[in-house]
Amino acid sequence: MAGMTFAQKVLFRASGRQASPGDIVSAKVDLAMSHENSALVVKAFREMGAERIWDCEKVVVLFDHRVPANTSKTAEGHRAVRRFAIEQGLPHFYDLKEGICHQVLPEKGHIVPGMLVVGCDSHTTTYGALGAFSTGIGATEMAAVWATGELWFRIPETLRVRVGGSLPRRVSAKDVILSIIGDLGADGADYMCVEFVGDTIDRMSISSRMVLSNMSVEMGAKAGVVFPDGKTEEWLGPRTSRPWGTETSDASAEIADEVNFDISSLHPQVAKPHSVDNVVPVEEVSGIEIDQALLGSCTNGRLEDLQAAEAILRGRRIADRTRLIVVPASREVYIDAAEAGTLASLVKSGAIVLNPGCGPCLGAHQGILAAGERCISTTNRNFKGRMGNPNSEIYLASPETVAASALKGEITDPREV
Amino acid sequence: MIKGRVWLYGDHVNTDLIIPGRYLDDYDLRSLSEHAMEDIDISFSRNVKSGDIIVAGRNFGCGSSREQAPAVLRQKGVGAVLADSVARIFYRNAINIGLPVVICPRVSTQLRAGDVATVDMQLGSITRESDGLEIRFAPPPDFLLEILDRGGLVPYMRERLSR
Repeated sequence: MAGMTFAQKVLFRASGRQASPGDIVSAKVDLAMSHENSALVVKAFREMGAERIWDCEKVVVLFDHRVPANTSKTAEGHRAVRRFAIEQGLPHFYDLKEGICHQVLPEKGHIVPGMLVVGCDSHTTTYGALGAFSTGIGATEMAAVWATGELWFRIPETLRVRVGGSLPRRVSAKDVILSIIGDLGADGADYMCVEFVGDTIDRMSISSRMVLSNMSVEMGAKAGVVFPDGKTEEWLGPRTSRPWGTETSDASAEIADEVNFDISSLHPQVAKPHSVDNVVPVEEVSGIEIDQALLGSCTNGRLEDLQAAEAILRGRRIADRTRLIVVPASREVYIDAAEAGTLASLVKSGAIVLNPGCGPCLGAHQGILAAGERCISTTNRNFKGRMGNPNSEIYLASPETVAASALKGEITDPREV
Repeated sequence: MIKGRVWLYGDHVNTDLIIPGRYLDDYDLRSLSEHAMEDIDISFSRNVKSGDIIVAGRNFGCGSSREQAPAVLRQKGVGAVLADSVARIFYRNAINIGLPVVICPRVSTQLRAGDVATVDMQLGSITRESDGLEIRFAPPPDFLLEILDRGGLVPYMRERLSR
């Protein structure tokens, strides 16, 4: 008999049913996260006639998309959720103080390997970097989770992505995942659980692994997992004392496919407008003038990202024609980058530093583009209109490429600065 | 039975195109839905009629988890979304807010803009009215049909929780 995949094992534990890919099970979730759209969750929760959250310890709520409130409508939404959090006595309500959900939940020790996590945000796949099975859901079904703790899941097929080789100088996790998405396509992992394995992944920091898991959803994945190892243990050690699962896929488990990538001669990658799989090596787009450079987000707003950019910009000034916006992913990252002198150095180079949050990534505030403007960004989506104007353009790249491009005022190969 | 005129779109119509993030501080679906599809088709929200059907290529609704994406389509009267493939979260959200959604490979090559089509979710059947062409799809499992039948997950859960 074939063994089980990681996804099967987690959903077996959570549902009590040993099921095969394609089957649907009802499973108990271990953690439920929501941000600003908690306003919609609260509304649906009340409309369902629910009164109490099934288990407050398993719910995390915070604001990150529009912080501080950008409009009075947002402020009303924040207030409604704040009142609900007080009414329910939610112990893990962080308001707007901590930063982006996908950075804050791991930092605060809410995530351990083997958990089944749902979040009202597509990039909830990020927690897969710590070995959790973690996926995005909508607001109404989150209300059902709040009421019952359960949700239906289709058991996903598994796509194994094996990455081998040493990363060349100034090539990083973002280049790896852009290259993979460019190859597999925007629906190349549709509904699947992606497992990232191989010696490149083994050598990656947790922050780098989070880049891979985060962007898995950009190829349609339901989850993007890196199995826990010594690095996971070291990272989690000071953050949580909770026991964690050690599930991985059995060698005999049936998987849909395995694809191999050798990144030892990978060039920096750029996703051109207006889709994430429109990926080319940086030299194909170098020289294109940019108006804005954005360093941050749940994809690339961590300390190692800020420091990789700072190492390129240190002691130099960004181009006059370009504005560089830096958004640390969380309060912890903000403090660490401030104490290490990274933020001061970036500001000396001409950057503007914003408060931790999603910032301009979703086009709500803090860096909206004008018609005809072009932005190079470390974020995860370059969809038409994403940064607030349908007639603007977004190029996605690594922190290194964004920094080099800010320096020159045009898309620039970071290996050449 | 769902019957309406077809609006045809291509592959990878993402949630930012369905409802741009810049409007999402508006929790009033009626005003929000005026912006439905505006970055891809400015005529949509003005001209869509109750019962009309969206037909699209691969990966419809990819991108964010925003439930407002299916919700604005339903608010504008869309009767169903039929696509070659549908992104996972959009699929769930559509059913949860009571918008019938169908995964039917190649449907985008079998229907054209302006065609009138009927959809039977229980039978798994789409009919092109002009010539009676029938396109089959695997109907969703019963419990999803039941959620759709109740008008979405809110009424479904209200019933379940009051028992």
